[in-house]
Amino acid sequence: MSNFGNGKGKPMNGDDDDDEDEGNERDLEAWERAYADERSWESLQEDESGLLRPIDNQALHHAQYRRRLRSLSSASAASRIQKGLIRYLYLVIDLSRAAGEMDLRPSRMVVVAKQVEAFVREFFDQNPLSQIGLITIKNGVAQCLTDLGGSPESHIKALMGKLGCAGEASLQNALELVHEQLDKIPSYGHREVIILYSALSTCDPGDVLETIQKCKKSKIRCSVIGLSAEIYICKYLCQETGGLYSVALDEVSPKKEISNLSAHLKELILEHAPPPPAIAEFAIANLIKMGFPQRAAEGVISICSCHKEAKFGGGYTCPRCKARVCELPTECRICGLTLVSSPHLARSYHHLFPVTPFDDVAPSIIPNHRRPKNCFGCQQSLLNPGNMPGRCVTCPKCKQFFCLDCDIYIHESLHNCPGCESLRDSKSVS
Amino acid sequence: MTPVSSKHYSDDVSLLMVLIDTNPFFWSSTATPFSFSKFLSQVLSFLNSIILLNQLNQVVVIATGFNSCDYIYDSSLGHGKQRAETLLQKLEEFVVRDEKLNKEESVDGIGSSLLSGSLSMALCYIQRVFRSGSLHPQPRILCLHGSQDGPGQYVAIMNSIFSAQRSMVPIDSCVIGSQHSAFLQQASYITGGVYLKPQHLDGLFQYLSTVFAADLHSRSFLQLPKPVGVDFRASCFCHKNTIDMGYICSVCLSIFCQHHKKCSTCGSAFGQPQTSVSASN
Repeated sequence: MSNFGNGKGKPMNGDDDDDEDEGNERDLEAWERAYADERSWESLQEDESGLLRPIDNQALHHAQYRRRLRSLSSASAASRIQKGLIRYLYLVIDLSRAAGEMDLRPSRMVVVAKQVEAFVREFFDQNPLSQIGLITIKNGVAQCLTDLGGSPESHIKALMGKLGCAGEASLQNALELVHEQLDKIPSYGHREVIILYSALSTCDPGDVLETIQKCKKSKIRCSVIGLSAEIYICKYLCQETGGLYSVALDEVSPKKEISNLSAHLKELILEHAPPPPAIAEFAIANLIKMGFPQRAAEGVISICSCHKEAKFGGGYTCPRCKARVCELPTECRICGLTLVSSPHLARSYHHLFPVTPFDDVAPSIIPNHRRPKNCFGCQQSLLNPGNMPGRCVTCPKCKQFFCLDCDIYIHESLHNCPGCESLRDSKSVS
Repeated sequence: MTPVSSKHYSDDVSLLMVLIDTNPFFWSSTATPFSFSKFLSQVLSFLNSIILLNQLNQVVVIATGFNSCDYIYDSSLGHGKQRAETLLQKLEEFVVRDEKLNKEESVDGIGSSLLSGSLSMALCYIQRVFRSGSLHPQPRILCLHGSQDGPGQYVAIMNSIFSAQRSMVPIDSCVIGSQHSAFLQQASYITGGVYLKPQHLDGLFQYLSTVFAADLHSRSFLQLPKPVGVDFRASCFCHKNTIDMGYICSVCLSIFCQHHKKCSTCGSAFGQPQTSVSASN
């Protein structure tokens, strides 16, 4: 039986989360499964004349992305473009008994740890000048796993070594610890906490509401991602401190979008990777003294200040105290100067100069002969099979036409409009 | 050329995106050691040899002009035997169009061409190739560039570089101008491409075919030019000096060489109350 089931496979959604599905649906026969998970009737829609057609997945995917883009741009258009680019973030991971629940396979904490790993990497890619620290809650006690630091590897290694859950969760203890740690950071930094909360209760030594007010006073932006159900105290915490509260859901949405719990959890966590809009009173603008070290000449032997051992070639020299460091960005161990290279700064510039969202082109507005046949970016044909004009978008500045795939790539990864970049006149704008 | 369905890709199939600098001010300047036609004849032989190396290799040429950028040639569209003719014809059309767009009468020096535009286009094209399925040629970008760096393109070029780095697309650069290009040095260093400034431009074809013709897989067996020391020091926004140590605005990350009261880029006034904190940091 099981052979038959595996052999048949699932053409619709048999990708990477296969094993999870197998686990959930173990008691179903293969033929039943075809009805239970594939729900093939949902991928059909009726058109104007009543004919059944497959849902246009690409259009759906694109619509979803547009919604995301619009919500982002409306948020930033409201105020001056100021983002909290220098962030000091503590990730609090709940390792109480509830994290051992098996509703996520193999267990909540393993899935959370996997997502935290992805998040940490993405975070440093987008915020190269920021720092992360990890805190765990176990047995009602909050414990600092790693101090604030800029190296993704050290955080991931520390977390993977400490997986194991026990006891109750305590929101207050975690917040107290975060507050104590974040109180030390310089005033220009944005203080943030993201709590990945598995438990449904909090077991606190004192009044948690007082602690929440303390965090609010210290301008710590607290966000919570719940893994079970919505909890009032978490919602209150986020409301008070200006954070985001979200709960990972597992629902089959009517439009057949990505819909399992871990995918939703991932989406929720990664939402926190781009810098949040800066709130003026949260961090005081300041000039930070930084050093731009030059790469040391090849073949020079020197003792590095980070590993305290003799290294051959490579490395960077702190311009103030001339100590050698192995990697950038970092803080000089000797004189405390922040050391960066210019590409690290450049990596953040796209948050400040985002590409304007493109406008949808209605097929009827522009006569066929005036429409370009190919996407300006990738040269893909903008015509559907049968020479019907397909869906496309246009940049409001340079008026070039782009296909939907390029639209997504331009706004999510490239952060340049190829049309505007290929026009000398528009140069002054960017 | 070859029917798409019968393609059999292995790791030595390349997609080469060639960005040709057509800046007329560069090519007409007296400092340029050789003519555009000489340059083209060498590049054409190089493109032909790429296509000869593997019948599945694909070459796309984008012209980086002074006022615009455009696709000039795509070997997957199949021009049959008239490869060079199609390319040259399209290139001529492009140069005429580019000239018509020109509004400035004269430029200081040789000016800069729109490298950020052609890089962005090349990356969009590469994404399309990535989307086409799991079997696709290995893409790389080759910039044949002579003009100066345009400071206004800095952010856009850096964005392209980081996007190329994320998609693991190396940017090779061959500088045919008289000066080194700091943008292309960074591009090649960050994306793991090769940066080369040939000594004798008369032998350009030889440089191209020995350094840039090998596919990505074969590169690991070759002794290619080593990356030279790339200067990652920043230049300040106020005087454009290269600096070792400087001040960064915490809101917009602008770089200044001395302490200011107010950021000239984003307008934020710098923390009056906490000056002592920043000094101790």
